[in-house]
Amino acid sequence: MKTFDVIVVGGGHAGCEAAAAASRMGTRCALITFAGSDLGQMSCNPAIGGVGKGHLVREVDALDGLMGRAADRAAIHYRMLNRSKGKAVHGPRVQADRELYAAAVQTMVKAQGVCVIEGEVAALSITSGQATGVRLVGGDELIAGAVVLSTGTFLNGRMFRGEERTVGGRDGAAASRRLAEQILDLALPMARLKTGTPPRLDGRMIAWDRLALQPTDEDRWTMSPMSNGRVPQVSCAVTRTSARTHDVIRRASALSPLKSGDIIGAGPRYCPSIEDKVERFGDRDGHQIFLEPEGLRTTTVYPNGLSTSLPTASQEEMVRSIAGLERARIVMPGYAVEYDHVDPGALDRRLALRALPGLFMAGQINGTTGYEEAAAQGLAAGLNAAAHALGREPIIFERESSYLGVMIDDLTLQGVSDPYRMLTARAEYRLRLRADNAETRLAKLGDAAGCLSAERIAHRTRRNERMSAAAAHLGERDRRGALLSDGTAADGEIRSRADWMRFPAIAPAVLRNIPETLVGPEMDELLEDAIYAPYLERQDDEVRRVMADRQVLLSPDLDYSRVGGLSNEMIEKLSATRPETLEQATRIRGITPAALSAILVTARRRAA
Amino acid sequence: MTRPRTIFALSSGRPPAGIAVVRISGPGAGAAGDALIGSRPPERRATAAELRDPGSGEVLDRALVLWLPGPGTATGEDLVELHLHGGRAVVDGVLQALAGVPGLRAAEPGEFTRRAFENGRIDLNEAEGLADLLAAETQGQRRAAMLAAGGALSRRVAEWQARLLALSARAEAQIDYADEDDVSPADTEGSVDELAALVAEMRRLLAQPPVERLRDGVRVVLAGPPNSGKSSLLNALSGREASIATPVPGTTRDVIEVPLSVRGVPLILIDTAGLREAEDAIEMFGVRKAHDAMEGADLVLWMGDGPPPTGEAALAVRSFSDLGATADGRLSVSARTGENLDRLLNLIVKEAEAVLPAPGEVALNRRQRDLIATLVLQIEAAGDARDPLIVADELRAALRLCDALTGRAGVEQMLDALFGRFCLGK
Repeated sequence: MKTFDVIVVGGGHAGCEAAAAASRMGTRCALITFAGSDLGQMSCNPAIGGVGKGHLVREVDALDGLMGRAADRAAIHYRMLNRSKGKAVHGPRVQADRELYAAAVQTMVKAQGVCVIEGEVAALSITSGQATGVRLVGGDELIAGAVVLSTGTFLNGRMFRGEERTVGGRDGAAASRRLAEQILDLALPMARLKTGTPPRLDGRMIAWDRLALQPTDEDRWTMSPMSNGRVPQVSCAVTRTSARTHDVIRRASALSPLKSGDIIGAGPRYCPSIEDKVERFGDRDGHQIFLEPEGLRTTTVYPNGLSTSLPTASQEEMVRSIAGLERARIVMPGYAVEYDHVDPGALDRRLALRALPGLFMAGQINGTTGYEEAAAQGLAAGLNAAAHALGREPIIFERESSYLGVMIDDLTLQGVSDPYRMLTARAEYRLRLRADNAETRLAKLGDAAGCLSAERIAHRTRRNERMSAAAAHLGERDRRGALLSDGTAADGEIRSRADWMRFPAIAPAVLRNIPETLVGPEMDELLEDAIYAPYLERQDDEVRRVMADRQVLLSPDLDYSRVGGLSNEMIEKLSATRPETLEQATRIRGITPAALSAILVTARRRAA
Repeated sequence: MTRPRTIFALSSGRPPAGIAVVRISGPGAGAAGDALIGSRPPERRATAAELRDPGSGEVLDRALVLWLPGPGTATGEDLVELHLHGGRAVVDGVLQALAGVPGLRAAEPGEFTRRAFENGRIDLNEAEGLADLLAAETQGQRRAAMLAAGGALSRRVAEWQARLLALSARAEAQIDYADEDDVSPADTEGSVDELAALVAEMRRLLAQPPVERLRDGVRVVLAGPPNSGKSSLLNALSGREASIATPVPGTTRDVIEVPLSVRGVPLILIDTAGLREAEDAIEMFGVRKAHDAMEGADLVLWMGDGPPPTGEAALAVRSFSDLGATADGRLSVSARTGENLDRLLNLIVKEAEAVLPAPGEVALNRRQRDLIATLVLQIEAAGDARDPLIVADELRAALRLCDALTGRAGVEQMLDALFGRFCLGK
């Protein structure tokens, strides 16, 4: 019998971040996985980051998580999406070498002091209504103050390809059936989702010279400010499906499990299979396909945009109808996976299950998709599991200061109807939540949680000094004429340099006057703040309004069926998601202003 | 002690009347009904029953009783309706008896409607419309209130909101799917035109006369020099001695308002002090108020010999035609004989109709006008912005304003619009 503070089950992106975060909090943490070599596997596309997703990576990194640094160590292609737009929506994204990425994660998990245990969890130990550890196959008992489940799609997973059916997610998934049964026995609200992958191609048979190449970015930005140096870089390529591709798909679609009605789970709205795209947008003559190399030592290429569950023969015919892929060979055919997930409405904002204290959940099991979404939840669950085990205050992410806050709030309040992906459209305070100011936004939370390493704190100190110097420079006041040095010295208008950034005619002069020593990410961050200042102020007003509603606490045992005038649907929703404040209730879908006023009245009456 | 949740009030007009309806709403409504009737009638069925004072056991009335359990009721709560014989003593007796039932209290003005709103039975616009409907005294008022209570404005706003959502979805797609060809810049072409079209529609609605005129009446001010016959004319038009008319100049010193409904058009006739160099402080005050009244007028009946003092809509009228004064192109009327009074009323109604909302058109109240005016500015800001982030942000702010008008929508709806419209592939 071994004793830990925190046990994490599952070593995907959520599990690794959870274990590492708990460890950074100073707890003894065990990570249980089938094989140590599974840690940090990228099971889908080889990209990390993007618009919204890149924001999450930077936030995880700001709290000293693994993903940003691991991505930099493995990145073979850098691309800053939305570069022409405001920095709030810049989307840092890399293509990562699978081997390098997994190796980086494995090294870091161990370096952070996580005890990696290879094995299979037979059951969760529950003592007087609390999760108190796990029992391994073979009989070993592990005891802990908190358990994090980050087991991906293992609940009732089924794979589909043409008329083939396989039970289980990845290999060995069948073995975790007992744990799955135990989760199902908890009678939590569950739902079924679907996801899919494209076939993997042999890159040596692709006619790269005939395709439009997308080279790596030349300016040497990184996912994490703690990274330096780059491994060799490669190019991606872009091609398109053709009318012939669509013919192949239409002819074969009768054989697709999507059409036969075998797949019932909802698929991602934003990442439809190629079958779906052809059916829904039949008038389009082609769909873009990105060819993404999977690594430096492998020839495998991931054709992004070609997710499918057609029979293998049809997949081959489809691939060969695409420009540049005429001679391409499929290394592994694409398939669809259908799985159960827990309705995240059953979780609180720590990602803890309300029905079973001590049990936390992170990643795909909560109905999300994507490495970044999983990693970010893992971080939050790991921090809070550690806080729970140590008897410390919860670590809560808020919507106005992080995408992590947006995601957790969306999940726990709204639940999911299709696999949840981060989008900047989900953030109402988008102008404040930039990928380039994650460190600033999360500084306070990181300090309060105490999850930062000594190196990170040293980096922060240097950064704060440079930030102060930059702020002092921008705070100085200049005369318009002096800035423009256009002889209009008599022009009496005086403003701070930061203020002048809002005037397109004068901003370039402000930029020219910045001393070389102050040029850098800290200055860039303040300049972006200055440009958007009026809009940021408007959002600040909104935050203040929201804060007022947040003061109205809703008791966890509030009986919504006794609040006058709520529809049955509202009562069900409110009882299932249990908003902690009136402000959260305002964001639950389908809750009308009238219902809110009734809830407010009830809350006031109870308080009186 | 907390305030009782169950309320009661006389919901029909003042007694005496043929029938008086008393409503009881709230969790204790059923029990209150029981206390008066003894046993509860079947749900949703009009039942005749004897009402007794629960204290004395005295029979108060034999009435028609309706038991309507919530939430499918007008207020969204349990509701009891007592249809009484409408005599004063009966109504007072029942109201007193109800006041004696523990857990009940008399309703505040508008409290039934407020509960209907709080319980989600009606939205804010419908609530406002309903309030207008209850207060409607003319057919025009009733029609406008029916439109509002039936959700005509809410539907209009919902339609704007749907169009804004589509525009917002396009703007968001440009940001979140910049890397994918499934969203091309062409998708945002036409956005500026669509925004301009929305602004034009909203401006047209704003240009409609406000609903307050319909509710409060068109303000018709009688003005002119002393002793020009204003008070006599007011009395003749309203058919009663509302204003003291004497041959002594300067008799009217205050502003006198007489509400009047003419051919379904609500009017407020306003008599004012004669305009002259006042001789005392009180008259001076009256003259100043007369000027104020003219400024706030929708129509001035000018009774002086010269042209009216300001450039507003004025109808030149000459009174005392029966005294043999000469005609000079002005409409000549006689308060005493009634000569031309009908023609004058016709002219007034014609002018008044121009300031009233057209029948069948949505009319706005002040709150709605202010919100829509802000919405127009917000949409113009979106149309003027060049930064795609700001365009998207301004559109979000516009959608929030629509919410304030009807109170619905959210990010999820925008996402639904987004994904329904575009082919997006990762």
